Amino acid sequence: MTLSLGKDLLGLEPLSGEQIRLILDTAEPFKEISERAIKKVPTLRGATIVNLFFEASTRTRVSFEFAEKRLSADTVNVAASGSSVSKGETLVDTARNLEAMRIDMVVIRHSASGAARFLADRIESTVINAGDGTHEHPTQGLLDMLTLRDHFGRLEGIKVCIVGDVLHSRVARSNIWGLTKMGAQVGVCGPRSLLPNAIDDFGVTVFDRVETALEWADALNILRLQLERMTAGYIPSLREYNRVFGVSRERLEAAKRDVLILHPGPMNRGVEIDSDVADGPFSVILDQVTNGVAVRMAVLYLLSGGRPELAEAAKKGGGGER
Amino acid sequence: MSGSLLLRGGRIIDPSQSLDQTGDVLVVDGEIAAIGPRAGNEAAGRDGLQTLDCSGLVVSPGFVDVHCHLREPGREEVETIATGARAAAAGGFTAVCAMPNTDPVTDNQAAVGFIIRQASRANAARVYPVGAISVGQKGESLAEFGEMVSAGAVAVSDDGRPVASAHLMRTALEYARTFGIPVADHCEEPTLAKGGAMNEGIVSARLGLKGVPAEAEEIMAIRDILLARRTGGHIHLCHMSTRGSVELIRWGKERGVNVTAEVCPHHLSLTEDAVGDYDTNAKMNPPLRTADDVAAIQEAVTDGTIDLIATDHAPHHYDEKEREFADAPNGIVGLETALAVNLTWLVAPKRIDLPTLIEKMSCAPARVFKLPGGTLRRGGAADVTVFDPEVEWTVDPAAFKSKGRNTPYTGRTLRGRVRWTVVGGSVVHGEGGAGKGRGSARGRG
Repeated sequence: MTLSLGKDLLGLEPLSGEQIRLILDTAEPFKEISERAIKKVPTLRGATIVNLFFEASTRTRVSFEFAEKRLSADTVNVAASGSSVSKGETLVDTARNLEAMRIDMVVIRHSASGAARFLADRIESTVINAGDGTHEHPTQGLLDMLTLRDHFGRLEGIKVCIVGDVLHSRVARSNIWGLTKMGAQVGVCGPRSLLPNAIDDFGVTVFDRVETALEWADALNILRLQLERMTAGYIPSLREYNRVFGVSRERLEAAKRDVLILHPGPMNRGVEIDSDVADGPFSVILDQVTNGVAVRMAVLYLLSGGRPELAEAAKKGGGGER
Repeated sequence: MSGSLLLRGGRIIDPSQSLDQTGDVLVVDGEIAAIGPRAGNEAAGRDGLQTLDCSGLVVSPGFVDVHCHLREPGREEVETIATGARAAAAGGFTAVCAMPNTDPVTDNQAAVGFIIRQASRANAARVYPVGAISVGQKGESLAEFGEMVSAGAVAVSDDGRPVASAHLMRTALEYARTFGIPVADHCEEPTLAKGGAMNEGIVSARLGLKGVPAEAEEIMAIRDILLARRTGGHIHLCHMSTRGSVELIRWGKERGVNVTAEVCPHHLSLTEDAVGDYDTNAKMNPPLRTADDVAAIQEAVTDGTIDLIATDHAPHHYDEKEREFADAPNGIVGLETALAVNLTWLVAPKRIDLPTLIEKMSCAPARVFKLPGGTLRRGGAADVTVFDPEVEWTVDPAAFKSKGRNTPYTGRTLRGRVRWTVVGGSVVHGEGGAGKGRGSARGRG
């Protein structure tokens, strides 16, 4: 029996370790396409994909779009302004209209947790979650894991600490599920007011101080601190956040060991991460961005029915079986 | 009304008279005329006698729901007093209390009178209005309790808009004493609960939904209990959902505080896991809690800490629930599933017996809210529910009398169903019932 991902990619929590490994392995041959002068293969020729972004996004949207275009899909970007409760069309009507246009896939970014699932339950097209509220951001989790695997050669047994606003982070959730399933050890570090109350039930190690986390971890995944957390009363000030939880060169050096630095972007330099860390020798932040395109190509390919063993052939230009 | 009705050969359970025996109930002119093994004999020779064969069925005082939302005036597309009263009758309720979160708010005597009038036309369950605590449910100044009570209100509550001001709650408890009515509170500390969509715990953390901690309810429960102790007023705590709340109520009752409390069938049967993958029909306020909380409130029903069961029937249009979880409204319909849910989750597993269930759904609510009914005593209004405690059926919301279809029990096979509902001697629900006659909402007494 061939391993498949099913109809949709809604999160990493529902996936098995094998399915995650399949995506990561499939991403490998796709990396090379982006290095060519002519960055295009005909794998998804004739497929129509809608990028439905209810929330502002540059990085994720552009990354998906490149992934789609390099696989020769026809893409349409819909930047639906306003959020869920606003006047205008409901999400269910949006879904029905898309369905009526006989599209093959929808990539959705939405401010409401569960929006991707909501859409997937109502349309026959494949739905890819590009971030839903504070729930999951599976392709980000996958590209983080691909980057870690590139560096360490494996995921089993490595120690990854997620630093920052875990409470409101879909990136954190996808990383926790994905890494745990792949056999990595996961830590979280941040002010307790920005960690879920039930964090202990996630099977992660909790660090109150970033110094302790640095002594433990092989890699830090530093989350963006949303500036509105301060006005909402979760933390007193960005200045204090930087003093207590900011990852600085001094802290990295004090740890006396090499710790890989990841950040999903966009960064608040001088808040959660200092510039000399972001631009420093241990940073793989731009590798993450490069890997993002490859991982998304792999996800698009697998969900469109592409067989993993043919990914290598697809790359060569011929095998566009869909 | 004139005419007679004989409910023959059922298992009569009336906890108000400590009665549990097989026999007949004879209704004459809308009142209970005779009850017992030989009551049928008194029916002999009566003109136009209607007889319902109740063998194998339970005959009990009509159920009373002290907490439901009938949406009229203001949201008639979602429910009306007539459809709500018919849904109540279908669920075995002979009387329901309508919460004041209508549009406009039921905060004055004219609004109370409107509900009484609409109910009198429905020819179904009786409807007793609950007035608002504060003008416009704004939590600022007291509504006119006295005038609302004169017009037929039986309690006051700001319902889904919790009374944030401790001072206002204190004043309401004091002022309500003059009229002998309970002050019903939806316990929710607003700053803790703000933006919450489900219980705070592992499920909310997994789903990325903002949680409402148990403490949001418990902080207000103990505040209200302390204010009731201070003022001597009667505080009625709505839809209690946590182990902590149960412990606080127990604490209050042990000290003689005039506190009563209700729970809902959904909190007695389902946990936060029912939210599953963002099922908006499992979204309500207070939210479904943990298995430990469910066990605690089941136990509290058994030991009497919780006085009664109420539905918090809250119909919504299907469009409103067909959306992103965080944006969907709170609440589910409950009138037509309450009995079966309670039988399935409480009686079938032998957590409580049938007489206790009837006490919690009929006698206690009538007693706590000082309503007529809740008894089959001779000479009282003939509000009677006849149900089959064993029959299994599958929940199909399309068959509801309520306009609301929002229920987490869709497709579930439940046990126990209402056969006939009799209000003031008229069969207002069930096959073979005359279905004509009265059904007016009476005022108090």
